[in-house]
Amino acid sequence: MRGAGPLLSVEDLSLEFRARDGTVRVLDGVGFTVGWGETVGLVGESGSGKSITALAIMGVLPPTARVTAGRVIFKGTDLLAADERTLRRHRGSEISMTFQQARAALNPIRPVGWQIEDVIRHHTDLQPAAARSRTLDLLAGVQIPDPGRVYGAFPFELSGGMCQRVMIAMAVACSPSLLIADEPATGLDVCTQAAVLELIGDLARRSDMATLLISHDLGLLGERADRVVVMHAGHVVETAPTAALLAAPRHPYTAKLIASSPRPSVGLSDLVTIPGTIPDFRAQLPPCRFRFRCDRAAPECDQPPLPRVVVGPDHVVACRRPL
Amino acid sequence: MVGRRLATALPGVVGVIVVTFLLNRALPGDPAAYFAGPAATPQAIEEIRTKLGLNRSLPEQFVLYIRDLARGDLGHSLTTGQPVVADLRARLPASLELATCGLLLALALALPLGVLAATRPGSGVDHVTRLLATTGNSLPVFFTGLVLVYVLYYLLGWAPPPLGRLEVFRTPPETVTGAYLIDSLLARDPGLFLSAAKQLILPTMTLGLAALAPITRMTRGAMLGVLASDFVRTARANGLAPRTVLYVYALRNAMLPVVTTLGLVLSFLLGVSVVVEKIYAWPGIGAYALEAVIASDYAPVQGFVLTMALVYVMLNLLIDLLYGVIDPRVQIES
Amino acid sequence: MSAAVLRLARAGRYVVLGNPLTFGAFLMLAGLVTLALFGHWIAPYDPLATAVGPRLAPPSATHWFGTDNLGRDILSRVIVATRLDLLIAISAVTLSFAAGSAAGASAGFYGGWTERIVTRIVDTIMAFPLFVLAMGIMAAVGTSVVNIVLTVALINFPSYARIARAEVNVRRNAGYVEAARLAGNTPGRILAVHIYPNCLPTLIVQASMNMGWAILSAAGLSFIGLGVRPPTAEWGIMVSDGSAFMMSGEWWVSTFPGIALMLAVLSFNLMGDGLRDLIDPRRRS
Repeated sequence: MRGAGPLLSVEDLSLEFRARDGTVRVLDGVGFTVGWGETVGLVGESGSGKSITALAIMGVLPPTARVTAGRVIFKGTDLLAADERTLRRHRGSEISMTFQQARAALNPIRPVGWQIEDVIRHHTDLQPAAARSRTLDLLAGVQIPDPGRVYGAFPFELSGGMCQRVMIAMAVACSPSLLIADEPATGLDVCTQAAVLELIGDLARRSDMATLLISHDLGLLGERADRVVVMHAGHVVETAPTAALLAAPRHPYTAKLIASSPRPSVGLSDLVTIPGTIPDFRAQLPPCRFRFRCDRAAPECDQPPLPRVVVGPDHVVACRRPL
Repeated sequence: MVGRRLATALPGVVGVIVVTFLLNRALPGDPAAYFAGPAATPQAIEEIRTKLGLNRSLPEQFVLYIRDLARGDLGHSLTTGQPVVADLRARLPASLELATCGLLLALALALPLGVLAATRPGSGVDHVTRLLATTGNSLPVFFTGLVLVYVLYYLLGWAPPPLGRLEVFRTPPETVTGAYLIDSLLARDPGLFLSAAKQLILPTMTLGLAALAPITRMTRGAMLGVLASDFVRTARANGLAPRTVLYVYALRNAMLPVVTTLGLVLSFLLGVSVVVEKIYAWPGIGAYALEAVIASDYAPVQGFVLTMALVYVMLNLLIDLLYGVIDPRVQIES
Repeated sequence: MSAAVLRLARAGRYVVLGNPLTFGAFLMLAGLVTLALFGHWIAPYDPLATAVGPRLAPPSATHWFGTDNLGRDILSRVIVATRLDLLIAISAVTLSFAAGSAAGASAGFYGGWTERIVTRIVDTIMAFPLFVLAMGIMAAVGTSVVNIVLTVALINFPSYARIARAEVNVRRNAGYVEAARLAGNTPGRILAVHIYPNCLPTLIVQASMNMGWAILSAAGLSFIGLGVRPPTAEWGIMVSDGSAFMMSGEWWVSTFPGIALMLAVLSFNLMGDGLRDLIDPRRRS
């Protein structure tokens, strides 16, 4: 089942948006890998480019977006260079995605069970009765208490947490090798958050499914991810195994991020804030986009290109002056 | 649920009745003189005044008006000598048949055009569609009707002369629905069917073109909006076939705002059908009212306004019901 | 003050020059306004004078648009009709704009009975096919230019009322409104000075779109005989005069006023589109 090399390899991905007053260079040289059966966390502030990266991997970018460079190798195929038919075969069955606002991501006038069935019937040969039965199993598998009722329900009749579970059921319906979960817990109450993440973890373990967990909350990822990829302003600034990252971050931004995450041991007033905001992508940007928010910045940081320094086993930092 | 919808239509009906009453009785000038006609003697006018109760107080008149309406009495036409209700009943099917054909033609053209334009932004189809939508809104219907007659009948001789619902030498079919297309088929007379269809071509085209622009614009806009939505993105992310995404996920949702604006389109369509009836000598209720206007025959005009308004209220009710069928949120939330 | 004027000028220039279509529409409108203002002096013949040329003569060097069945010069009549049609449309739109936005804004702001009454009026008008209602009113009150203006204003009233009510509703609880209230402004002043001006852009876009519809309504009423009275030169009635002759080949009597109508409505609609793109880029077509 497993192949040689990583399951997913994003290499040097650059992406821009055409806007009325210029081009917005949203991603610049983004690269990371996801191994078979591995759970990778993708973390960053709003605007860091995490969601867009996921959309680029899936190939469902908005029409104003343009990939300017890079490759996305999935099971040996470059998804960015593949034709639509190949991509459609992959989407939903080999690699699938759940979205942040689950209720908005489901067809409002179609029963959710039918929507799951649409995916199953498209990717498999199952007959309607078998597909329906599988859908009910899936709904039960994401711990929905009354699968029969939920099957025929519309998204507006379900809570946010339920909609997210439905999305997850839809995403794992065809046993993909990779699940991309974009902010699966955001917007849900704390208990549901934990339950949803637990659910994803369970599903991943049971079927040896790799997961790319996208979140702005480093704390959530800390417990669930094997490795973490930290993004800032369209750059990958650090990747490392989770424990190593949390114990000894090497990029100033990662350190700030950890310091600003609420933790039980730290009081609210002790939380650090990261000064400034993500830079304007339309302007001419320095090689390191964290430069103006960094208190370790030095003249050498303005030298292109953005470096990639290996500082430990499987631990890479994009910084000239790592911690 | 249907009952509740009917209830929401009630204030509209009440409003319509009140307004038509005001138009009927309460406007400047002497209503009695209006109803008696331009050729009436002062004595005749007085008779009419008493007969219609126009010398009573306004509230009393309103009660009388309601009573007459309930009995189906809309007055008499001076030009035809018939009760207005009888005239309207005889002529309404012609108007409905024409309006329906026009609407169907518009939908048959506008929906595909709007969808095509939205799925191929920036293409030739898209530009043509946008041009159509903008200029279509600017075309006076009476002018396009005349131009169509001139080009297709006078210059090219492709279309029959605009002289009504059937060729001159034909007799109408036995009245079952009043729609010649249906009735001629029911009477198993294909020649009659063809004749009725031929006469319908030009006026249907005129009406259809009038309604084309707003429906196209709305369809295109709605499709563009839906195609950019999150749930269409999910469907694509799941690798569903383009056809499924387009029809099951995008189009059905796009139809919601289209159905909503259909009410306004119908308002426009019913209004311009009057003009079209005039151009093509179509014996519908619009032409009936216009003939009455020329002859200063007042009762038919008011009967026409009331009928059109009630038809419109019912059509809006149907649209509401249709919307409720497509959008489950409406049914369950209320 | 001058900063605001400058911004307006820049916005205006962006709208007009930003788009070849909008620019063309602007030129056409400028032309129409010129005709409206100076038409009587530009027209070669007296628009009402009969038999200035042979009857039903096709376009020629002496009569560029030909003559109608009474021997009147059609070019002169089309030019002169510009003033009347534009005047009717502008008056009707101004009237319905003022009354509709005031009523709608009040309804949205004060709520309660004001809102109920305004909503009832709007719903009652909208319960009719609007053109049919206009027909009924004109038949009842009699044909005159004033009546046309009032009737067209009436059938356009609902659109402004609805928009104004929605816009005011959205802004009613905004921060700056709360601040103004705390500063001691009377409700009326808050509505008039603080909220209403913010609703103007959407209302103005609606007005520019409505101009075309107002012209078409007035011309349509005249076409069916419920508008201006002959021998007044007005585009709709001129098309009606020529309609019988279309079917026998004398196309020029109806065509030129029809084209004039089309161009006028088109330029207003294109301007309206341009304005809407400026005001609300999200809804750009």
